[in-house]
Amino acid sequence: MTSLPVDWLEKDRRKLRVDASAFSDKVYEALTAACALVVPALVIAIALSIFAAAWPAFAKLGLSIITTSNWDVSGGHFGAAPALFGTLVSSTVALIIATPLAIGVAIFLSEFSPSWLRQPVGFLVDLLAAIPSVVYGLWGIFVLIPLLRQHVMPFLRDTLHLGATPFFSGPAYGPSMLAAGVILAIMALPYISAVSREVLMAVPRSQREAALALGATRWEMIRDAVIPYARSGIIGGIMLGLGRALGETMAVTMVIGNRLEISASLLSPGYTMASLIANEFSEATNDLHLSALMAVGAILFIITLIVNAVARWLVWSVARRRAQ
Amino acid sequence: MLQSTEVLREKPMRIVTPTVQVRAREPSVSQEEAPPCIVASHLSAFFGDAAAVKDVSISIPQNAVTAIIGPSGCGKSTLLRCFNRMHETVPGTRVEGSVEILGSSIYGDGTSPIAVRRHVGMVFQRPTPFPTMSIRANVAAGLRVDSKSHATRGATSEIVEEALQRAGLWAEVKDQLDESAMALSGGQQQRLCIARALATRPRVILLDEPTASLDPLSTQKVEELVYDLRQTVTVVIVTHNMQQAARVSDGTAFLLMGELVEFASTRELFTAPKDPRTESYITGRFG
Ligand SMILES: Nc1ncnc2c1ncn2[C@@H]1O[C@H](COP(=O)(O)OP(=O)(O)OP(=O)(O)O)[C@@H](O)[C@H]1O
Ligand SMILES: [Mg+2]
Repeated sequence: MTSLPVDWLEKDRRKLRVDASAFSDKVYEALTAACALVVPALVIAIALSIFAAAWPAFAKLGLSIITTSNWDVSGGHFGAAPALFGTLVSSTVALIIATPLAIGVAIFLSEFSPSWLRQPVGFLVDLLAAIPSVVYGLWGIFVLIPLLRQHVMPFLRDTLHLGATPFFSGPAYGPSMLAAGVILAIMALPYISAVSREVLMAVPRSQREAALALGATRWEMIRDAVIPYARSGIIGGIMLGLGRALGETMAVTMVIGNRLEISASLLSPGYTMASLIANEFSEATNDLHLSALMAVGAILFIITLIVNAVARWLVWSVARRRAQ
Repeated sequence: MLQSTEVLREKPMRIVTPTVQVRAREPSVSQEEAPPCIVASHLSAFFGDAAAVKDVSISIPQNAVTAIIGPSGCGKSTLLRCFNRMHETVPGTRVEGSVEILGSSIYGDGTSPIAVRRHVGMVFQRPTPFPTMSIRANVAAGLRVDSKSHATRGATSEIVEEALQRAGLWAEVKDQLDESAMALSGGQQQRLCIARALATRPRVILLDEPTASLDPLSTQKVEELVYDLRQTVTVVIVTHNMQQAARVSDGTAFLLMGELVEFASTRELFTAPKDPRTESYITGRFG
């Protein structure tokens, strides 16, 4: 057995001076800790400053900001109920359209698609999330709205006789809650689909085999074993898509028609909280107006925060069950 | 070691309930007496180009427990999974040769793997209850996926009770049937999976190391259950544990590197193995 030369150890010890390495460790630790602290601090600072700026409006107007419909800047009335209504309705329409499509894509990609198709199709779906919002808006104005006005809306209202219900009645101008819902559906789809695909693929093989061994067909296996196992994660994906839809501004502002009115009909124009803020912040001259816009922003912030928190918790709970 | 398995073997199994006909069955029957249930001939199973099971021909008797033993990686699970066509669910796999179960060729033209699996139950090494389902729904899962048997609610709960009784779990869970299956212990979950497999009243049940992840007490319960099951169903059990094979099985097959080395009555295989490779395996010289 050969022993190590003594001077090797000596040299090495000199090279790796203990105090030097401890010092650089400390530097790295401090740097990363600073980064880790800055981000939450930033979130809290943004939240605080929004709520501080919104406070005058809350103090003066109280809940009338979200319960009344009269938005009259010169008269000092700031009732944003139509915008709250529009945000909730356009997002709901978006989810109704996007969810089945997104889950269908996710199930196809995780369960049925040959593996050579999985990558490219998944990539294209994910790419929908990369298109800038303003491009969606342009496409909405020049392609989607004419299509809706000339074909889809008359079809829904007259051919299917849905015009008899309040939800599809009235003239079809084009810019509408429906247009906003469709645009938002396309924008939310990649989020729902990507999360659903992940959680579906994370369902353990043992669960699939357990179902197959009971004589399940492929579809029965998916329905009875795979989807229930992934369900809360899929719901988390839907909530993430909802969070995306609630806060989306540019594209919606371009297609929704920007009218502060509550209408049951999806064919009529509407407004969302995000577009209200985007349209008015530059003209906000008096303090109460600005503060009221901040208040609308604060309410939107809280809604999206809750939706995202619930979404993340649901996705996390699936991951945790898988780890067990 | 041979002595010890002998001793364990003599230990009587638990008393069979009076409703079931008690057959004072000699623990080790010879294969010639019982009619065959599973007949495999020249069966080979491949992962890609690699054969995991090589040219196995075996005739597994009906209403008996047959153990498959052999060192890790010798193809025990793969052979078992050829008996309910689960092998082919792994991409890139292939089966050659033929398997007949109760006279019908399960790889024959026009035989669907779904139908095969409805008559051949399987239980895996790790318990696989469906986590979002209640205990009751778990046991009934195989009934529900059988779209043709539209059992009424009452009939379903009868089947659930019967399956849980047969799996020896009824007394422990009868008051919590609607609770999540995840609330059960590992051993209870495994017996739940056995109940789930029994609920469809299969003719054959395949057990792949069903006690490998269980504690000794749960293992004992599953072994007693397996021993009793032979009254009504053909059992094939893969095990790493030779004492277990000796305790529960009538016949034992020894597999080595995908080949069937020897298949004989359990007593014979453990006391007077014909093949020197069997002998060195059971005396612990390799594997
Ligand atoms: N999914 C797979 N893909 C490729 N090869 C596999 C796969 N599963 C098993 N094999 C190979 O097939 C052979 C037999 O595997 P098998 O699981 O049947 O062994 P086993 O006897 O059950 O082992 P163990 O006692 O460890 O469970 C092994 O050599 C293994 O490497
Ligand atoms: Mg195995």
